[in-house]
Amino acid sequence: MAKQILLKNIEVPGLASFGVYRQLGGYSAVEKALANYTPDQVTNEVTRSGLRGRGGAGFPAGMKWGFIDKKTENPRYFVCNFDESEPGTFKDRHIGQLNPHQLIEGMILGSYALGAKTSYIYIRGELFYVLRIIEKAIDEAYKNGFLGNNILGSGFSLDLYCQPGAGAYICGEETALLESLEGKRGNPRIKPPFPAVVGLYGCPTVVNNVETIAALPWIINNGGEAYAEIGIGNSKGTKLISACGHINKPGVYEIELGLPVEEFIYSDQYCGGIRNGNKLKAVVAGGSSVPILPANLILKTAAGETRFMSYESLSEGGFQTGTMLGSGGFIVMDETACIVKNLLTFAKFYHHESCGQCSPCREGTGWMEKILHRIESGHGTMKDIDLLVDISKHIEGNTICPLGDAAAWPVASAIRHFREEFEEHVKLQKCPF
Amino acid sequence: MQSKPNITEFNTETLDLINRIINRYPEGRQKSALLPVLHIAQAENSGWLSSETMNYVASLLDIQPIEVYEVASFYSMFNLQPVGNCVIEVCHTGPCWLNGADEILAHFESRLGIKVGETTPDGKFTIKTVECLAACGNAPVIQVGTEYHEKLTTQKADELLSKWQSENKISHTNPYL
Ligand SMILES: Cc1cc2nc3c(=O)[nH]c(=O)nc-3n(C[C@H](O)[C@H](O)[C@H](O)COP(=O)(O)O)c2cc1C
Ligand code: SF4
Ligand code: FES
Repeated sequence: MAKQILLKNIEVPGLASFGVYRQLGGYSAVEKALANYTPDQVTNEVTRSGLRGRGGAGFPAGMKWGFIDKKTENPRYFVCNFDESEPGTFKDRHIGQLNPHQLIEGMILGSYALGAKTSYIYIRGELFYVLRIIEKAIDEAYKNGFLGNNILGSGFSLDLYCQPGAGAYICGEETALLESLEGKRGNPRIKPPFPAVVGLYGCPTVVNNVETIAALPWIINNGGEAYAEIGIGNSKGTKLISACGHINKPGVYEIELGLPVEEFIYSDQYCGGIRNGNKLKAVVAGGSSVPILPANLILKTAAGETRFMSYESLSEGGFQTGTMLGSGGFIVMDETACIVKNLLTFAKFYHHESCGQCSPCREGTGWMEKILHRIESGHGTMKDIDLLVDISKHIEGNTICPLGDAAAWPVASAIRHFREEFEEHVKLQKCPF
Repeated sequence: MQSKPNITEFNTETLDLINRIINRYPEGRQKSALLPVLHIAQAENSGWLSSETMNYVASLLDIQPIEVYEVASFYSMFNLQPVGNCVIEVCHTGPCWLNGADEILAHFESRLGIKVGETTPDGKFTIKTVECLAACGNAPVIQVGTEYHEKLTTQKADELLSKWQSENKISHTNPYL
């Protein structure tokens, strides 16, 4: 059984209530940190743990916290990114809905380390029912003295609020999120300056993902070194993988980083293999934005080595033959899936979600959707396939935020690995599936 | 089609809620309350935001009406046109599509006799498509107000439809209550 840090108690009835969470040892990390650690010592433990951001980019959390200017007179903010909208990703909802106090405990630890006196959890508007669960848990934490003034007599005070979005994937990008939290359109800001310098209301701010924050109580309770002993290489600790598509057991799984991909897909402990005994065709391993890989390349690298669920192993081979761990949204397709149609749904998604600030992204995503629609419905030409590649190349790297890349990579990779399938659509003048 | 409401005044309970929300942000940053307040306003205004309602929100937050319009038009959860009492939002992104979202959508369309984006003539139902609802493990998924309905089948869809028909379902309720 893999080490369980985030989901250990997830099936305990009533876990979302303060009483049950507390009985299981909850909030002991806050007690420990406020009694024994300075804020910098908390940061040091996080740095030592090697914890990397779980929102998709995998940036080391301790290092990000280290960028905060602590000498400024301005307030500092700690913001939780609960926008979870990357297709295939549904892990943060699992935590927020079933174990909100673990997220709140992590928010208290991070806020203490950064010296934030007010913190926000920004949650996508569609998840209002989860917002209500979290707000209830926040109320309980206030009533029990873990939020508010002078927490546990430590002199540290914190107010925590939950803020809804309103349906915009781009607000998951951290600077767009901050704009949205300020009551504006979710247009990403040009970086630098980074949020650590100019963030919410112009003040130093750290934005972290739900899963990153939920790992903090364990790290403080057990020490950064204990966390760093789990995992493989620079992929420390455990990761939530939300698995969906054509598998027998879709769901949210906590894995130790370094688990072989093959074991994740086929073992009964995880996905339980492909539905109806079908053959594995392709996997999008880290949310819709990462390159799609055919079965042979997701199970083994191009060099024939076993592929593992880790940041390094999944990206082995670069964009030619590798992919990325991303957000952990693991989408599995069997032989009945049409790669072109799947890609069309992604293209529609990115076109719909482009904020419209940069023309390559705004226009390019629309063109890609249109062309893919043409090919899928049997009206495409061979030239259209190359045109798609060309457009994707013109978007990639030419935009303010990475949504442009995120829209380009799935297209480029699908054509790289499944070109025959696009050509078949053109030749047959219809979808072969 | 139903009449088009235009709420330009909230009751005290709602105003109290809004004031509590405004207090979550630093002095002078009350604009941060815009998204939460628009959610509330839309629910109170039968599921959509009229310009009158948006102007009222602007006055409550002491910001310019244009600041409200530009936000309301950016976010897909805000409706700038009237909608039916019960808005059925069908997720049609990759993972839901892999598990039969097209079939679910077609089923709702044929049962209600309308296409995506349309409202039934009696004003009871509107069908929309939405992007990934972060519930892909239980695909296909639909959202109705703040409720998710997961692992949908055409049979489940029929059950839901008759239930909503008989109880005159209203999907836009104040999400905070
Ligand atoms: C288009 C786009 C969408 C994103 N969506 C999310 C999201 O839904 N949740 C999230 O945590 N991070 C998302 N990110 C990454 C954030 O910008 C940011 O890196 C992350 O919140 C940092 O937290 P972490 O270091 O703990 O991962 C997104 C990035 C981009 C470019
Ligand atoms: S890349 Fe797309 S989403 Fe990002 S800022 Fe530019 S237009 Fe907006
Ligand atoms: S694709 Fe429908 S919930 Fe994710």
